[in-house]
Amino acid sequence: MSEDSIKRISPLISIILGLLLGYLLLLLVGYDGNSGFKYLFQGGIKGITEGKYRRIGDTLAQMTPLMLTGASVAFAFRTGLFNIGASGQMLFGGFVAVLVGITVDLPPVILPLVATLLAGVAGGLYGFLPGYLKAKYNIHEVVIGIMMNYVSVYLVQYLVKILIPGKYVIESAHIPKEASLKMSFISNIFRGSPLNAGFFVGVIALIVIYVILEKTTFGFELKAVGFNKDAAKYSGMKVNKNIIYSMMISGCLAGLAGATFYIGYTNHIKLGTVPTLGFDGIAVSLLGKNSPIGIFFSSFLFGYLKNGGSFMASSTDIPRELVDIVIAIIIYFSAISFVIEKFLNKLLVKMKKEGK
Amino acid sequence: MGYAIEMLNITKEFPGIKANDDITLKLKKGTIHALLGENGAGKSTLMSVLFGLYQPEKGVIKVDGKEVKISNPNVATELKIGMVHQHFKLVECFTVIENIVLGVEPKGKFGKTDYKKAEEKIIEISEKYGLAVELHKKISELTVGAQQKVEILKMLYREATTLIFDEPTAVLTPQEIKGLLEVMRNLTCEGKSIVIITHKLDEIKEIASECTIIRKGKGIETVNVAEKTVQELADLMVGRAVSFKTEKQEADPKEVVLRVEKLNMKNKIGVEKLKNVSFEVRSGEIVGIAGIEGNGQTELINAITGLENKFDGKVILNGKDITKSSIREKTLSGIGHIPEDRHKHGLVLDYTLEENLILQTYFTEEFSKNGFIKKSKVSEQSDELIKRFDIRAGKEGKTIARSMSGGNQQKSIIAREMKREPNLLLAAQPTRGLDVGAIEFIHKELLKTRDSGKGVLLISLELDEILNISDRVLVLFEGSVVAELETKNTNKEEIGLYMAGSRKE
Ligand SMILES: Nc1ncnc2c1ncn2[C@@H]1O[C@H](COP(=O)(O)OP(=O)(O)OP(=O)(O)O)[C@@H](O)[C@H]1O
Ligand SMILES: [Mg+2]
Repeated sequence: MSEDSIKRISPLISIILGLLLGYLLLLLVGYDGNSGFKYLFQGGIKGITEGKYRRIGDTLAQMTPLMLTGASVAFAFRTGLFNIGASGQMLFGGFVAVLVGITVDLPPVILPLVATLLAGVAGGLYGFLPGYLKAKYNIHEVVIGIMMNYVSVYLVQYLVKILIPGKYVIESAHIPKEASLKMSFISNIFRGSPLNAGFFVGVIALIVIYVILEKTTFGFELKAVGFNKDAAKYSGMKVNKNIIYSMMISGCLAGLAGATFYIGYTNHIKLGTVPTLGFDGIAVSLLGKNSPIGIFFSSFLFGYLKNGGSFMASSTDIPRELVDIVIAIIIYFSAISFVIEKFLNKLLVKMKKEGK
Repeated sequence: MGYAIEMLNITKEFPGIKANDDITLKLKKGTIHALLGENGAGKSTLMSVLFGLYQPEKGVIKVDGKEVKISNPNVATELKIGMVHQHFKLVECFTVIENIVLGVEPKGKFGKTDYKKAEEKIIEISEKYGLAVELHKKISELTVGAQQKVEILKMLYREATTLIFDEPTAVLTPQEIKGLLEVMRNLTCEGKSIVIITHKLDEIKEIASECTIIRKGKGIETVNVAEKTVQELADLMVGRAVSFKTEKQEADPKEVVLRVEKLNMKNKIGVEKLKNVSFEVRSGEIVGIAGIEGNGQTELINAITGLENKFDGKVILNGKDITKSSIREKTLSGIGHIPEDRHKHGLVLDYTLEENLILQTYFTEEFSKNGFIKKSKVSEQSDELIKRFDIRAGKEGKTIARSMSGGNQQKSIIAREMKREPNLLLAAQPTRGLDVGAIEFIHKELLKTRDSGKGVLLISLELDEILNISDRVLVLFEGSVVAELETKNTNKEEIGLYMAGSRKE
């Protein structure tokens, strides 16, 4: 075993440890762990072998916005920033998508795509301010990000009320069917699940940021600025501009997440709350080691667990709250896989020492 | 006399490299023991093993004759081992006291840190060994020399009896070095034992009694310093005959490459740092800037390279006014810059070696196409430079810069700047942290650069270096050029007088 392979297997080991602990907790509280975990595991994929794709569809649908918020947070991390404002950007982007969906008249398929693109633009613009303040006045992006989350909630609430009020005061108007990212070719396969074209948006976004970060001169600059501003300046890079670009791209990804959620997963906006998916993005990004491929798998795991958790709660007498705790333990453990990595590395040195 | 420390047959591997291969080092109590070896030989690694930062795959460590296992720096501290690292490890935004007590804060009432008590103890120590620092200043406000004193106080505060110094003199001015060596001597008088890593052989001659030489990870031999000459030590270390005096031809200066006119610069709080500085550098000559640290060297470099743009005066390169040009424009119009502070400006430590070698050129046609980086070209260049400059790194171009040895980091920066063949090469402390063999090589390269018709501006705190390779010397004192001398008509003493401000032209 080498250090490289330890890097690769440690997330797996930590997930398994988390599962074990969650299982023990169920036993400890006095529930039937076996059947609980049976439903937890089955919930996300059941029926897949018999050609019933609804549950796997649910899992992928849950995964979709997480893929994008995870990408948003990871992109910022990779370029030296902490985008805690992904939730606000997501909500704002989602609002623009819903607004376009309701008010603009375009042919089907084109309409949701335009709405999605504009949501990305809106999220990007929403990310401009924290980026600008960081670049110009060195105000920490976390402070601004948190405040901007609140601004987003109230701004969207206000805009919804004057532009697209819904039947009830706590929600916006619903988008028409043609504006939804739920497209028939997908729905036909995953009958009954909210899986939508947003999934492809997410996958494409992951590929795009992979290319930007690993292959382009643009990404080379962004990362250099993130790692060492002084050296970036010395090399002739425009430090401030790059910080703003990073934050805007991160915001754009969160905005796209908003579109896949509000005009894909659902069809309207619930007012008055910050979407927690933006914060979940932080955990997704950490577990995925800030790499696009890692994020694909970690968001899948999150979606799978969320979905399986619902199934466990509805199929057993285990209360919903306990299910959430069990899932939280699993997620928590997987997100701290670096601890496991450290431990394994120590073990490796020890083994080498005794082996020779 | 017993041994304070015995490191027996230590082996430590990193991916791709055996940094320590069966090395033995025994430190006699109350003595100073030097550790000598080329850049990347494994000196810092060996001392990090002793300090518990790395676990060796093989080998035994004994403290006071008893076998111990040093699994982390806390254990080392308990065993009364302290270390000053090659690159300091201080918290910039904390005060001196806070840094010194960090982790061992004396508890007062209600669990609050009792800084009064700490202060008394620190003052006592600093008086005893002559280590005066302003205790209530923040680290970021201190000079490098003062920061080092803080590191030493930190060790002594923890009552360390074995002290490790990793290249302590590389970043100090000659005056500070004198002071440090004095402190070290005082420490041994009090019974402390010291290991010092340094590339400066006369320092070894001056204070060490024994010297262990390592080459490419292997222990070569431990010698009695008194029995060896500086030349013998150098040859042992490199494994071939080294020459200290660089052969050079008479310079043949031609047209003016750089002209600075009446540079005036103030720092943030309005203190004048440069006063009416004017001079020229011609193609085919090396102009040395001598001066005690803090007399305007950094400001001068920043003005020429564009790192700072609030100043009056003009910078003219090849007849073109570039005063207001951006750093990128300056780089492209032919300025190369080996920066003073390699970790701050010179490298992106989290990038690989090959990525660091394209820091200013990643967007050029050579290394990119349509916004995509040509990875194979990047690797090709790094392979070439690794060979030409003998850069030693475990995974070649793919090595993360952070894991490279200090001297090899420096060599990569020099390689990058020389490869660009700039018309004007600004070399600030270019050989800081390099071994004698590498210094010889870099000096030769600087002369080659000169002879190929480029201009070189050498800023160095080491008079020997300036006298050795520059053709003309300018002396900076309190922000003004107080003397302009032909190297061949001057000497150390004369320059020294100008540097101290006791003589003006
Ligand atoms: N953390 C690390 N990971 C991987 N390789 C390392 C690490 N630390 C050191 N090395 C490698 O081990 C070798 C020895 O490095 P070390 O820093 O001990 O050299 P050194 O003798 O102190 O050199 P210098 O005089 O340049 O400071 C180098 O090739 C370096 O690249
Ligand atoms: Mg070293």
